[in-house]
Amino acid sequence: MKRDIFSITEPERLAVPVTRRDHTQGPADATLTLLEYGDFECPVCGMAYPVIKTLQHNLRHRLRFVFRHFPLTNVHPHAEHAAEAAEAAGARGAFWKMHDLLFENQDDLEDEDLLEYAAALGLDTAVMLAEIEAGAYARRIREDFMSGVRSGVNGTPTFFINGMRYDGSFDVDSLLAGLEEASELET
Amino acid sequence: MRGGTNPGESKQARYNQLYAKGRKASALAAGVAAPQFTLKTTPDQAVSLSDFSGQRVVLAFYPADWSPACGDQMTLYNEILPEFQKLGAELLGLSVDGVWCHAAFARDRKLHFPLLSDFEPKGAVARTYGVYRDGDGVTERALFVIDGEGIIRWSYVSPIGVNPGAAGILSALEGLQEKEKQVAA
Repeated sequence: MKRDIFSITEPERLAVPVTRRDHTQGPADATLTLLEYGDFECPVCGMAYPVIKTLQHNLRHRLRFVFRHFPLTNVHPHAEHAAEAAEAAGARGAFWKMHDLLFENQDDLEDEDLLEYAAALGLDTAVMLAEIEAGAYARRIREDFMSGVRSGVNGTPTFFINGMRYDGSFDVDSLLAGLEEASELET
Repeated sequence: MRGGTNPGESKQARYNQLYAKGRKASALAAGVAAPQFTLKTTPDQAVSLSDFSGQRVVLAFYPADWSPACGDQMTLYNEILPEFQKLGAELLGLSVDGVWCHAAFARDRKLHFPLLSDFEPKGAVARTYGVYRDGDGVTERALFVIDGEGIIRWSYVSPIGVNPGAAGILSALEGLQEKEKQVAA
């Protein structure tokens, strides 16, 4: 287990591969998989949100997008409940709708806001509140978080393209270039 | 904010270049006894390495308080404290910032572990670990995992601008636990 103290940081690989357990958008056999470790209250993730939408629009069926939770709960006091709301919605087939609502309303993530979004999606708000208060999805969220830690995630958002960490900036052109590069490697 | 305007590759190259200068500094390696220290954590409290005798310690030197939260090393480690504790380790953060600065930073980020102030004489403890950057006046971004006997069992110096995350620390602590189990068996 001895490591060279001066070793330069190696490009990090995703420690836990994408499975059926994950929340994904796009075809399972897409050439490109973009995975985000994100936090609904993180402003930089909020800035990346429309960028991802643009990438999805441009790449269509070539891209599969995966979201895993990485809430920094001490600095983002609403992040954990927001993640739980997304999971609660996910248990009822509405993860992505809630994901979008949360990023589009990042400044309004109090519990009553979460319930309002749940109601807008036609979900049972009483059940959702009970689940959030009981931390019904806390374990799953922590599993996401720790899979990120094991993959060398050091902040939010962190992206992986086809299982390799992406270290460039979060604008459309840079991410697209990173994805195209991965696409060339695949062919 | 994370992510600069340069593509990832050139950024990494820049870090490597910066970092190459630091290679002259000789960070203490595995197998060496961890130098003892006593440093202030608040205006009226101090912590010594010997306080943790019999326990594993993760010593995390970092250049300065107040990195932006979403990518900050101490903010991240704060979230991973339960896993460090499960592996029998105490976490100590360490920089040359003064105790008042540490207090404000710790309050803002709701940190649940001590930040040690290597403030006077500046960087003295970092020097004993071989991780002080002369000229810059800050410490390297360096990690040390110390066992219950006070021996350094793993160390790592990250490029100064790169938050190294926690995967290496967790592997080192697990390796340590594995070895101790084998010895006990």
